[in-house]
Amino acid sequence: MKPAAFTYHDPKTSNEVIELLSQHEDAKILAGGQSLIPMLNMRFVVPDHVIDINGVKDLDSVFDNGESLEIGAMTRQSNLSKSHDVKTKTPIFLEALGNVGHFQTRNRGTLGGSLCHLDPAAEIPCLMAAYDAVMIAQGSNGLREIPFSEWPLAYMMPSLEPDELLIKVRVPYWRSHHGYSFVEFARRHGDFAIIAVAVLIEMDGKTISRASISVGGADIRPIRLFEAEEGLIGENLDVRVFKSAAEIARKVDAMSDAYVTSSYRQRLAATLVERALVQAAERVSRGENNA
Amino acid sequence: MGVRYIGAEVQRMEDPRLITGHGRYVDDIVFGDMLHAAFLRSSQAHAKIRSIDTSKASALSGVKKVFTLADLGPNYERRMNQLYPAPVIEQNKTQYPLAKDEVCYVGEAIAVVVADSRAIAEDALALIVVDYETLQAVIDVRTALEDGAQLAHSDATSNLMGKMRSKFGDIEDAFSKADHVFSAGFMQHRGGCHSMETRGVIARDDPWGDGLTLWTSAQSPYLIRRALANWLGEPEERVRVIAPDVGGGFGPKAGFYPEEIVIPLVARIMECPVKWIEDRQEHFISTTTQRDQYWNLEVACKSDGKILGLKGKVTHENGAYIPYGILLPNSSLTPLPGAYSIPAIDVGLDIVFTNTVPNSPVRGAGRPCGIYAVERMVQLVSRRLGIDPAVVRRRNFVRPEQMPYETGAKLRGGDPVIYDSGDYEALLDKALELSDYDSFKVRQSEARKEGRYLGIGISSCIEDTGMGPYEGTTVRVEASGKIVVKTGAASQGQGHHTMISMIVAENLGVTPEDIIFESADTGKFPHGIGAIGSRIAANVAPSAFDAASKVRAKALKLAAEILETAEADLDIEAGIVRVNGAPDVSISLGELAIKLTPPSSTRVPIGFDPILEATSFDGSSGSPIASGTNVAEVEVDTGTGEVKILRYSVAHDCGVMINPMIVHGQIVGGVVHGIGNALFERMIYDDQGQPLTMNYGEYLLPLASEMPRIDVTHIETPSPLNSLGVKGAGEGGTIPAAAAIIAAIENALEEFSVEVDYYPVDPQYLTSLIEAGVTG
Amino acid sequence: MPDYRNIKVVVNGVEHELDVETRTSLGDFLRQEIELTGTHLGCEHGVCGACTVLLDGEAVRSCLMLAVQANGHEITTVEGLAEEDGSLHPLQEAFWKHHGLQCGFCTPGMLTSLTAYLGENPEPNERDIREAISGNICRCTGYQSIVDAALDAAKKMRGE
Repeated sequence: MKPAAFTYHDPKTSNEVIELLSQHEDAKILAGGQSLIPMLNMRFVVPDHVIDINGVKDLDSVFDNGESLEIGAMTRQSNLSKSHDVKTKTPIFLEALGNVGHFQTRNRGTLGGSLCHLDPAAEIPCLMAAYDAVMIAQGSNGLREIPFSEWPLAYMMPSLEPDELLIKVRVPYWRSHHGYSFVEFARRHGDFAIIAVAVLIEMDGKTISRASISVGGADIRPIRLFEAEEGLIGENLDVRVFKSAAEIARKVDAMSDAYVTSSYRQRLAATLVERALVQAAERVSRGENNA
Repeated sequence: MGVRYIGAEVQRMEDPRLITGHGRYVDDIVFGDMLHAAFLRSSQAHAKIRSIDTSKASALSGVKKVFTLADLGPNYERRMNQLYPAPVIEQNKTQYPLAKDEVCYVGEAIAVVVADSRAIAEDALALIVVDYETLQAVIDVRTALEDGAQLAHSDATSNLMGKMRSKFGDIEDAFSKADHVFSAGFMQHRGGCHSMETRGVIARDDPWGDGLTLWTSAQSPYLIRRALANWLGEPEERVRVIAPDVGGGFGPKAGFYPEEIVIPLVARIMECPVKWIEDRQEHFISTTTQRDQYWNLEVACKSDGKILGLKGKVTHENGAYIPYGILLPNSSLTPLPGAYSIPAIDVGLDIVFTNTVPNSPVRGAGRPCGIYAVERMVQLVSRRLGIDPAVVRRRNFVRPEQMPYETGAKLRGGDPVIYDSGDYEALLDKALELSDYDSFKVRQSEARKEGRYLGIGISSCIEDTGMGPYEGTTVRVEASGKIVVKTGAASQGQGHHTMISMIVAENLGVTPEDIIFESADTGKFPHGIGAIGSRIAANVAPSAFDAASKVRAKALKLAAEILETAEADLDIEAGIVRVNGAPDVSISLGELAIKLTPPSSTRVPIGFDPILEATSFDGSSGSPIASGTNVAEVEVDTGTGEVKILRYSVAHDCGVMINPMIVHGQIVGGVVHGIGNALFERMIYDDQGQPLTMNYGEYLLPLASEMPRIDVTHIETPSPLNSLGVKGAGEGGTIPAAAAIIAAIENALEEFSVEVDYYPVDPQYLTSLIEAGVTG
Repeated sequence: MPDYRNIKVVVNGVEHELDVETRTSLGDFLRQEIELTGTHLGCEHGVCGACTVLLDGEAVRSCLMLAVQANGHEITTVEGLAEEDGSLHPLQEAFWKHHGLQCGFCTPGMLTSLTAYLGENPEPNERDIREAISGNICRCTGYQSIVDAALDAAKKMRGE
């Protein structure tokens, strides 16, 4: 399984990347390579040009600006796991990343690569949906901010212009004392999830004051369960409350394919939303995480 | 006496090369003038080929030539021979080396490109234009035999390849005397080979020198030599087949493939070596595999669980062609009645063509299917009568005092199936003890209080091993004192080098490090059969032992003469023959070898044949029967349907174990393969015959993270059928695994009345059964 | 026109400078240009792990990197795990001792992956090891002997 021939480019700045994207219609960005190279090897994609951005400067920093984490698109998944800022400010990332492929793939795979590849079952997009993260792209017309809700355009297609490169992601913090849980069901460790759920909650005394529930794998894009989230506001941390949220999750619009039916995906969404809420509740009750 | 190796956990001789990256697999072999091949494979499950246009492909820079069937030569536009003819085969369908005018499965080879590199060859594949006339594909065996069904082969009269039947005893009597008759239908889907090394062939033709040489990742080099020599119409002596290091075989690498005709022919025409390495996508669609079998059985039993008879019908998916004759369906039937003395069996089997990759044995061959069927029916009896499954087994096991026990079934060659030795109840006892079976109910109810569902399942099996006729060994002492050991036995990881060296070393009085081991090369040993059906140990251990014994005897006889002493006073240790009690009086094996290969104008001692060597084809006189009981303990997550295997216990009997560490590895590896079949491995085709599971993200092999520790204990009941008491061990872990796991799942989900009727069991299927049990 | 680049790579401590076609994978480059055939290609889509090598000490799948991406980097393959004098890495010793290989095809990837893993996780338990090698498929051993070998090697590497 050898790829078809291409012209290889290794630009050193994001401007050069934009330039190359503008010049060449049939080009693919090579980031971590963990998704692109299998497709090249299987000749599912046959681009004339491959633009390797691993040498582009300043795309892999993790920066705490006080209110949010600014993560360079080329940050390796393994480096995210090792980041002190990630561990303390956005601890759900650590839980999610443990499910992303295997440690060998995380050494090369990047945050931005996963977000641009947009596999429906990928964990990182599901996380970004939970956080309402902001994607920052650079193109010939300069920088553009895209809220995650507008990021997935179609099946495995982000809303990037042909001459745009994702350079950074901004993840706004939740209160330092927050509950979180990332739960997924996959057949084997490291596999893409069949369904993945990310939950974030904040408390006001004994009641929930803020909630985010993101379900990945049900549809081509992660789904925020707004109705379930609203239903949690003002409620106690109670299993019955979580079960109601789970029943809303069960109604999620889920796709069917050769392997998995929509009703099974719905069943999983309900089961995992409940489990994630239980765990997030435990964490926030225990005062676990960073504070 | 010398050092005892047999029975010891000797570290493998194979390993130092392999752990330092110095293995030599087919793709590691390079010749300076070598060209690279890539095959164009059918993208249609069933189609006529109207035309093939290779002109653009041929013109690509770096491409040397593109071949279709006609380009191989006028003698070669004919189908491959049926290597395993059998009267059962009503319609014999074998492939052309490259497709002629009809393709019958996605993956069937149509053309081959030879180029400077594999990448360029693949570039050329994209430029070949095939004009297909799509025909209807036959995918489902259940409807393939109906009147008016589409045909998998347009020139066939039906989709029936053949019919088989295992019938013995008085089945009417059994069913008329029964207190109960229970019935069950289930589907068994076994997966593919998926050795980590794919297939590969290098051919080099040297017509004025050594003739044709093939290096191929294969289990049966002699089969390939004969088949290829026959097909070419040339002497076997001029066709040499070598299996170098082989990265796993598991059955599908034991055959003779179209590529093993095409690549040699192409190498001959191109007058340079040609290499073809199968890539993983090709492996899914061109390496033989195993797929669906539908079973419908009835069991007749007494109220105490004693089984009187089994009858029913099997529909077996054959795939498009017949590379392995009826081996696979046959070994699905011969294990019936399993470990039990069931006096009457009448099970028929239809072998059905489909437009999918041809089927072949995959680890266990059909035995996992036959044993699964018996075990399912035992499980059914246990469930319906409310009798503990261990008790039902005890009431039905063949007893040691009944052995040798003729079951009534027949082996492929027509010989009766005879259980030579074994103690099945003792194995059950050991497995139950190892698995803490007696305290399981407590564990189960404790877990239930926490909302967790645990289950336990048993499965017992027998395995016919060591099929003949032989696997020979030559042992020769060299002038240097090194011992050359040659055999046809091919290894794909089973450690034959170590096992055979241990036997020769112990018997001859040398160390394993003194042994130069050569195997799986038709140019170095005259004839062999192949590494299939757990047959090697039971054949090659006796032949190695015998050959070493003969060399020992010859050496001692000559040494006695030279040292002027009695043979009984001599012993051999570390390659030196010494007089007991007078260790300075000695002569080395090397010196003895020189005496028997003296220089010109001297003599070989009178009464001795030249060369200190012996060859033996001693093997097993019949099929040593290995046996085992497995116990699986699982937890089912009723929310997701996920099955976790918490514990897995094996009690196994493969007779005398030469190297227990190697046996242990075979069992554990075999169990994990069986877990893969039970829970993970599924090759899905759509209704047009397009394969959907074409990569390792979609086709799920078992990974370390989901596998339990597997506890193994052994009983050694020596086989009376060979000199060492050895039985085969390569597949005994796989054969009973699915039955144990599925019985455990059903036990866990008893309150939902779950009965599993196909495997692999995936979580979605389980949740649907649970839901049906909740509502229904 | 094939696209070539000149690259400099250090492999097992030896520097190489070569022109390489840009579509060549790192795995094929190591096997064919550097002639180190210990690294095996089992799937060429990044799942089986047999092709794992160390890139600047980190485990990566050589089938999922282009050779040109290794320019300026250091690669360690299975052939580079033993000492100069031939003495085996503790993992290699342990694999040999515990029968941690049968056909040997997945073994180079297992060894490099575990070398990297144990470098960062010197005190793993069985669960940790199983997770660590979940990106390496073995069809022969059933993994148990590999786990035992890894635990034993970890002990030795801790000096116990």
